[in-house]
Amino acid sequence: MGRVVSGASQALKPGDRVRVKDQLRAGHVRTPAYVRGKLGWVERVHGEFRDPEKLAYGGDGLPRQALYMVGFHQTDLWQPHAESRRDNLYVDIYAHWLERA
Amino acid sequence: MTGDHDHNGHGHAHGHDHDVTQHDPEAAERNKVPFYGQRMYAIRELLVEKGILTHAEIQAEIDYMESRTPANGARLVARAWVDPAFKQRLLDNPKAACAEMGLDAASLTELVVLENTDRQHHLVVCTLCSCYPRAILGRPPDWYKSFAYRSRAVVEPRAVMREFGTELAEDVEVRVVDSSADIRYLVLPRRPEHTEGLSEEELAALVTRDSMIGVTEARRASPTPTPASAA
Repeated sequence: MGRVVSGASQALKPGDRVRVKDQLRAGHVRTPAYVRGKLGWVERVHGEFRDPEKLAYGGDGLPRQALYMVGFHQTDLWQPHAESRRDNLYVDIYAHWLERA
Repeated sequence: MTGDHDHNGHGHAHGHDHDVTQHDPEAAERNKVPFYGQRMYAIRELLVEKGILTHAEIQAEIDYMESRTPANGARLVARAWVDPAFKQRLLDNPKAACAEMGLDAASLTELVVLENTDRQHHLVVCTLCSCYPRAILGRPPDWYKSFAYRSRAVVEPRAVMREFGTELAEDVEVRVVDSSADIRYLVLPRRPEHTEGLSEEELAALVTRDSMIGVTEARRASPTPTPASAA
């Protein structure tokens, strides 16, 4: 999706290697636990959205957060338990959960 | 519905009641409204009492929800199969493509269409809850919301698909997409073989709900009675 993400200094682009922050956070969190701390790559930039982790508690969700589709190798997620070395998994993750790797 | 509120939990007091439990003692147990159902009815009645919503508005919303079915998605897919330019628009700008087909694109959450090919097969899950492209497919099936599907689809997608009767070749890349945020995903299944002669409507009949979630492929064309030769 060709939308421009503001805050260019932070903006990630397809192909960038990222790590999902390994943080414990209670409440309405949109980053599944099984990818926290895992290494992946930016597959696609979705654009900016109001932050659901704030919207869920009556906030305005601002500032908007960039949302990325992040790819992971199944073998990086599940090690020897992965079904196939060929397979990948994609999860949508907001910028504040990601750091460059 | 003025003044005469019905607080017995199911709003249909008809003066004469058909108490099936007299004849069928197990009916009372079967018909029991579970906790969350009771709570939902209580909230509904409060919203109406306070004048925030009317029963008619609630019913209209339910009717709208029920009017959206996988047939909408099937029309999109069939059009994409027969019209490469439309397929490209569906991939590049799904909302505009939906509007073109007369679907209510305004109510759509952000939609992304994932194209299955000979090399890649997509499978959609929402591990955190039950995010689903309702505007295109209607309400999700119960299994989509089950803990079993949500936890297993990300760990062993091939095993899950096998249980749906889908066996993928080892050299096909399985791409599980966990729709955890603001995007909804629709799988564009592969067009089945031997469907060259079919009309767009006949093709749409091959596009199942499950094939647009990715647990199966599209239905095969039913073997038309062809001249005996299986050459």
